[in-house]
Amino acid sequence: MGVGIEVTNLNAWYGTNHTLQDINLNIPANHATALIGPSGCGKSTFVRCLNRMHETNPIARVTGTVRIGDLDIYQDAKPVEIRRRVGMVFQRPNPFPTMSIYDNVAAGLKLNGYSNRRVLDETVERSLKNSALWDEVKDELKKKSGASLSGGQQQRLCIARALAVDPEVLLMDEPASALDPVSTSKIEDLIFQLKTQYTIVIVTHNMQQAARVAEKTGFFLNGRMVEFDSTHKIFTNPSDKRTEDYITGRFG
Amino acid sequence: MHLPGCWCGQLRAVLRREWGETGTREYGEQKLRKSNDLRARIRTITDGGATGIAVLSTVLVVAPLVAIFVYLIYKGASSLSLDFFTKLPKPEGEPGGGMANAIVGSAVLLAISSAIGIPIGIGGGIFLAEFGRGTRLANMVRFTADVLNGVPSIVMGLAVYSLIIYRQKHFSALAGGVALGIMMIPTVCRTTEEMLLMVPHAVREAALALGVPNWRSVLSITVKTASPGIITGCMLAFARVAGETAPLIFTAFGNSNWSVNPNDPISALPLEIYRYSISPYDDEHRLAWAAALVLIVLIVVAVSLVRFVASRGVLKGAS
Repeated sequence: MGVGIEVTNLNAWYGTNHTLQDINLNIPANHATALIGPSGCGKSTFVRCLNRMHETNPIARVTGTVRIGDLDIYQDAKPVEIRRRVGMVFQRPNPFPTMSIYDNVAAGLKLNGYSNRRVLDETVERSLKNSALWDEVKDELKKKSGASLSGGQQQRLCIARALAVDPEVLLMDEPASALDPVSTSKIEDLIFQLKTQYTIVIVTHNMQQAARVAEKTGFFLNGRMVEFDSTHKIFTNPSDKRTEDYITGRFG
Repeated sequence: MHLPGCWCGQLRAVLRREWGETGTREYGEQKLRKSNDLRARIRTITDGGATGIAVLSTVLVVAPLVAIFVYLIYKGASSLSLDFFTKLPKPEGEPGGGMANAIVGSAVLLAISSAIGIPIGIGGGIFLAEFGRGTRLANMVRFTADVLNGVPSIVMGLAVYSLIIYRQKHFSALAGGVALGIMMIPTVCRTTEEMLLMVPHAVREAALALGVPNWRSVLSITVKTASPGIITGCMLAFARVAGETAPLIFTAFGNSNWSVNPNDPISALPLEIYRYSISPYDDEHRLAWAAALVLIVLIVVAVSLVRFVASRGVLKGAS
């Protein structure tokens, strides 16, 4: 089951560059929340703060509070524990190139020390079914490399890999921007199904995509969150002038 | 290219005003066609020239190896017999005999040197690329490895002589293996580092984002992804020390009898080649040629074998 995310006074830096400034927002459980905004506005940095991937960069720094469910992720837990509860899908599909499809999906469990075959088999099958890839790959699970799949399939494989560790939140950083329209619509269908079980945060450059998949939308600009509201309101009647300008294509 | 209409019109108007007739479209197109013809011809010539240089370079790279190999077969193949692989060398001046002890000795020396050089080299490479990146210690290690790579092999032999032989008071296979092993370290270390740095950042991030601890991600994901390159580096180092003579002269020393004991002096193919090729007897010269041939063939076989075994684990379609 998904959990809500509560962000209070979040600030983030890359070196001396203040990329995120005083972000406050509540992301509802079991919904899809879209983050839109022009390039370099801090959307990606924001989602990377939600699973503490931001701090893997040695010059990065972060302050503020992020509560996922009832866990304060910067106070109560280690980064590796957070990342098991908050899955992430990246912009470019990044399967492990030397691993089979099966091993790619099982990687999260195997590398954390699970080795029970039956559990692994079940998890791989369930995750691949959840990411709508099972029927396409079930005959060659262990023979074929993850890197030999098409781009769209690779991205669904990455989603399956993230789902296999049974997270509560799924972060997607422009998951469809490197894919063709058919693969994109498959990913969007998938988001629709997944949000019944997981809390989804999706960064996107494609405003139609945000309108299609998300209940809530946040608009980021220059490291600040300008507006956060229901998707319908953001796209039809935004309260901030800058949001309106961006939505109507006047900049960005 | 499609320029917006208004833009194009303005440009044409300006050109016509400035250049008169030469600004017209017909004139421009004609001129363009002419210069395109010329450019196409230049491109064809450049293309041919570049391909020619590449082919020539390839030939120059392969030629020495082929020449050496052919010459070795010509000089050495006639002295190869079953005796060569099974018998011990005869006393100086007596015809016949073989190099069984040298072949086994080389194998023992290379096993010792690989056991020393490969783990230390790979470990150092992992440190340089993953854990120590940008630190002063890493820069020092990298610099040391590069200097070590440039140390003449005879100096390596002398160093090990003063460190081990001088204290032990006798020559030994172990000391020879240590000398060769130290020579392997910089090559293995630096290729491991380079190969690890080539693993895409996205792959590391994928592992970290699954909640895998950094050390585990490095060992199970990054090193595994880079393993074909790392194996190539190890094979390069292996092949290089397999033919080294100088570091063995003061350490393994050579031995005309059977020995596999690491604490005793041991024979090796390069040592035998050296000894036989400066001997006054024609028969021994021929044996030296044969030994050189066997050495090269054994290196090629060993390297190919490792590559074959390593490539069997690779999946269909893996990059």
